[in-house]
Amino acid sequence: MSAAVDLVGYDEAVRRYDPVIGIEVHVELGTRTKMFCAAEVEFGGEPNTQTTPVSLGLPGALPVVNGKAVESAIKIGLALNCQIAESCRFARKNYFYPDVPKNFQTSQYDEPIAFDGYLDVELDDGEIFRVEIERAHMEEDAGKNTHVGGSGGRIHGAAYSLVDYNRAGIPLVEIVTRPIEGAGARAPEVARAYVRALRDIFRALDVSEARMERGNVRADVNLSLRATPDAPLGTRTETKNVNSFRSVERAVRYEVSRQAAVLDGAGTVIQETRHWHEDTGITTSGRVKSDAEDYRYFPEPDLVPVAPSRAWVEEIRASLPEMPADRRRRLQGEWGYADAEMRDVVNAGAVEIIEATVAAGSSAAGARKWWMGELARKAKTDELELADLPVTPEQIAQLQGLVDSGRINDKLARQALEGVLAGEGDPEQVVVARGLEVVSDDGPLLEAIDAALVAQPDLVEKIKGGNMGPVGAIIGAVMKATRGQADAGRVRELVMERLG
Amino acid sequence: MSTISRDEVARVAALARIDLAPDEVDRLAGELDVIVDAIAQVSEVATPDVPATSHPLPLTNVYRDDVPAEPLPVADVMAGAPASEDGRFLVPQILGEE
Amino acid sequence: MTHDLTRLSAAEMAARLTAGEITSVELTQAHLDRIAAVEADVHAFLHVNGEEALATAADVDARRAAGEDLHPLAGVPIAIKDVVVTKGMPTTAGSKILEGWVPPYDATLVEKIRAAGMPILGKTNMDEFAMGSSTEHSAYGVTRNPWDLGRIPGGSGGGSAAAVAAFEAPLAVGTDTGGSIRQPGAVTGTVGVKPTYGGISRYGLIAMASSLDQAGPVTRTVLDSALLHELMGGHDPRDSTSIDEDVPPVVDAARQGAAGDLAGVRIGVVTELSGEGYQPGVSARFEESLDVLRGLGAEIVEVSCPHFEYALGAYYLIMPSEASSNLAKFDGMRFGLRVEPEEGPVTAERVMSATRGAGFGDEVKRRVILGTYALSAGYYDAYYGSAQKVRTLIQRDFDAAFEKVDVLVSPTAPTTAFELGSKLDDPLAMYLNDVATIPANLAGVPGLSVPNGVSDDGLPVGFQILAPAKQDHRMYRVGAALENALETTWGGPILAKAPELEEKR
Ligand SMILES: [Mg+2]
Ligand SMILES: [Zn+2]
Repeated sequence: MSAAVDLVGYDEAVRRYDPVIGIEVHVELGTRTKMFCAAEVEFGGEPNTQTTPVSLGLPGALPVVNGKAVESAIKIGLALNCQIAESCRFARKNYFYPDVPKNFQTSQYDEPIAFDGYLDVELDDGEIFRVEIERAHMEEDAGKNTHVGGSGGRIHGAAYSLVDYNRAGIPLVEIVTRPIEGAGARAPEVARAYVRALRDIFRALDVSEARMERGNVRADVNLSLRATPDAPLGTRTETKNVNSFRSVERAVRYEVSRQAAVLDGAGTVIQETRHWHEDTGITTSGRVKSDAEDYRYFPEPDLVPVAPSRAWVEEIRASLPEMPADRRRRLQGEWGYADAEMRDVVNAGAVEIIEATVAAGSSAAGARKWWMGELARKAKTDELELADLPVTPEQIAQLQGLVDSGRINDKLARQALEGVLAGEGDPEQVVVARGLEVVSDDGPLLEAIDAALVAQPDLVEKIKGGNMGPVGAIIGAVMKATRGQADAGRVRELVMERLG
Repeated sequence: MSTISRDEVARVAALARIDLAPDEVDRLAGELDVIVDAIAQVSEVATPDVPATSHPLPLTNVYRDDVPAEPLPVADVMAGAPASEDGRFLVPQILGEE
Repeated sequence: MTHDLTRLSAAEMAARLTAGEITSVELTQAHLDRIAAVEADVHAFLHVNGEEALATAADVDARRAAGEDLHPLAGVPIAIKDVVVTKGMPTTAGSKILEGWVPPYDATLVEKIRAAGMPILGKTNMDEFAMGSSTEHSAYGVTRNPWDLGRIPGGSGGGSAAAVAAFEAPLAVGTDTGGSIRQPGAVTGTVGVKPTYGGISRYGLIAMASSLDQAGPVTRTVLDSALLHELMGGHDPRDSTSIDEDVPPVVDAARQGAAGDLAGVRIGVVTELSGEGYQPGVSARFEESLDVLRGLGAEIVEVSCPHFEYALGAYYLIMPSEASSNLAKFDGMRFGLRVEPEEGPVTAERVMSATRGAGFGDEVKRRVILGTYALSAGYYDAYYGSAQKVRTLIQRDFDAAFEKVDVLVSPTAPTTAFELGSKLDDPLAMYLNDVATIPANLAGVPGLSVPNGVSDDGLPVGFQILAPAKQDHRMYRVGAALENALETTWGGPILAKAPELEEKR
């Protein structure tokens, strides 16, 4: 769809150019109703079933602000260490587009609800990178166009679009960073880590489900290159709607390589919006609209100023939950994980699930062992999130409990887990049903031990002669005879007893 | 004082999404010029020390509870549509969207 | 007999209905008959809602017969300006772009009217999207002034004023952005009230300029306006700019005023709203009215509002700017007219432009383009921003004036009704009609126009009373006192001086 571009290799590009990024993230708030009307918001409803005269932009309709959305926006602002405006307003951003029912978006312009903040973002190696936040403002989402292809030609058989306004008017908070400088070669990683940190914050604050795959969180990534870190900012491009962490990273990498190629060729980077193509991993030029920049902003006359009292802001601040980064630090301490272990857990998205498993009674080490080992492999094979596997933290805690109490050993535990994943019930039930219990009654064990000793008289001689090496072989034989259900420690004790 | 050219009228009409016939552009250029001149006097008294008033009454913090109400029935939503298909509004192709 | 019924005031109709002397069906039918008889000349209505009105009337009659507790105005018919959305009844705002559109919901004030059991006679004509002062900018033909069919009924609410003046309806709803209730009232010899901004919900009014628009009553008496104001007013959670307080005691004030005593009331004459540009007959009636008020015990002083001279300029920046954005939704995508370009590709963008080019009339195009220009990049501060500062200055003028007086007064309009077509080619001259009414919209204060006689040309003149925000009752008191005193002098209502319309069948 676009002419092939010669790219400069990424490492080469960042050796010669300093990338500066800027990120705008839109998050759909998880309120029950829309930003300016009482239409219920539900994912996946039939088209145009979640509208009122307001969200359809019918003549005569008027907006009224959803107070819960304002509260959510303040929460986000506080979590991002922002100032909360003493008074701010909505403004109209005027542009004609069929998915914008009023042909203006009700947004905030020069008076955002939150401004001047920062977020400390942890990179993969544990380094902390501070991203400065310029503003966070409230606005409304647009409807959804579905393009229907046509065979071309005028009117008959021509292409058209179908518009569903269910999404129109869903509350959004848009978070805009200041230019992020000093990331150097790590710019793509910083971008990814930042968007991910935001996602975690949205979830921790419970202001949004923040599901990337549903478009609850959408990032616009600005990027420019300059020769050196002291040079003035170069011309930037804005790549719109990059909707996964990996894509954010890839889009930045791609634009670095592409812009470096343009600059190397003595060309100039055009300030434009670009589209991200998930499949091919490239960006392409968006349509250049002549009036795109003339939004004719003015204060929304149908709404009155939002002036959150300081008391309300402090009340919200006091009720904020622990932020994800603080929480991770605390949990790492409680769990006694090494830095690298904790990082792996975080990167695997397993913090919550391990926390739940520990809460259900498992040891932290046990919980990590299961979720980062067996289950992580299983999730990868099945292309599922850990949380989507058919096993609960409670079941894992129970499983680990069975191991800790000696009723099963690790090997049996893996079999029990298999059973749980296969839908055979809780570990306890699987153990009973499959007869996996460790043989703890000494009778059958002694029988098996005696059989083993009789079968291998030469080994018995060696042991009696003070060579403990062959004990393992005897134990192995016993374990084999009991199909692994014996407690190896107990077997050893009994063998030693028998042999004096 | 001000001069609103034909080109300016055409630019603004495009921004406002209004097709104008050439004679309409001519007429509007003249009329808007006169009107803008007549109202330009506001700048005489609109000095920096005067705050702007956006609303006649100084209300603040008017919020709605986050409680759903009945949506419009889809049949009512679509009844006034110039064109529709499968419960959605049918609009001509949007440039730049393929 | 039915002829006589339409001549009653709404308050009298309500009293007879309550007393069981007449039925709502009779009353409603009398108005529908009158409409049928004079509409060919007046053309006040864009849609007559006879069947539904009679059904409502019958229902109210039945409920009354069953002894149900009814609203005082139950059964009294009403006409509604076509800028107000009415569920199941066509609503065009006088524009081709909305031809045939039937809203799926009711404006809040319409809900209240329906809940009160008032039969809705129909939708009244208006300048397209309420843009105009003569009702000549309607896409559906002009409305004629019942006093002289060759003249304008004022605007934008010429249909509502003419319907009331022609006895086609006892009550009507208007909207006033820069004078569209009061100026038609003045030129048709009727009463019109623009309440305090936020006093009556704007939910369901097709917006022209959101920070200026206000719905209000159009009636033949001050008391009738008060009754309708009380019904339509009050807080509406669907309008963020709605005042969250009780409606001021307007009905009591109208009754108090009619008793005639204005002792202790201080009335300020606005220096800037008189003199040059005011027709001699208008000025003469105004002076006589001041004498009448003085005679009732009021103290008359002159007050200066020095920034009023900038009001028209500020208004013609704020109004088109907000209108340009409010009218953006009329694009042929979701409702109303859709027009395809005559040639070239049929894209959404081109269909929008073709639809708006064909669907909007000249005055709407003029204001939308003016507003788009004023808001477009680089002009905001000079135009919209400056105009909002003028708004502050005008508010300060009002504040200072109301420290000295209880109400302010002026002629409502500088002239009597002009001839149809005479100002159509001169937008600036047309805009000057609203010079006295606009300051109230910019400041949000209430204004009332009451007929105060006829000029030398035999046409009616209006007297404007302005009060501080949320003190609407003050102007009802003064208005009712003046009305009562003048009617006593005249020996009857002013409309008795109007020529009889020829009834055609
Ligand atoms: Mg953006
Ligand atoms: Zn945005």
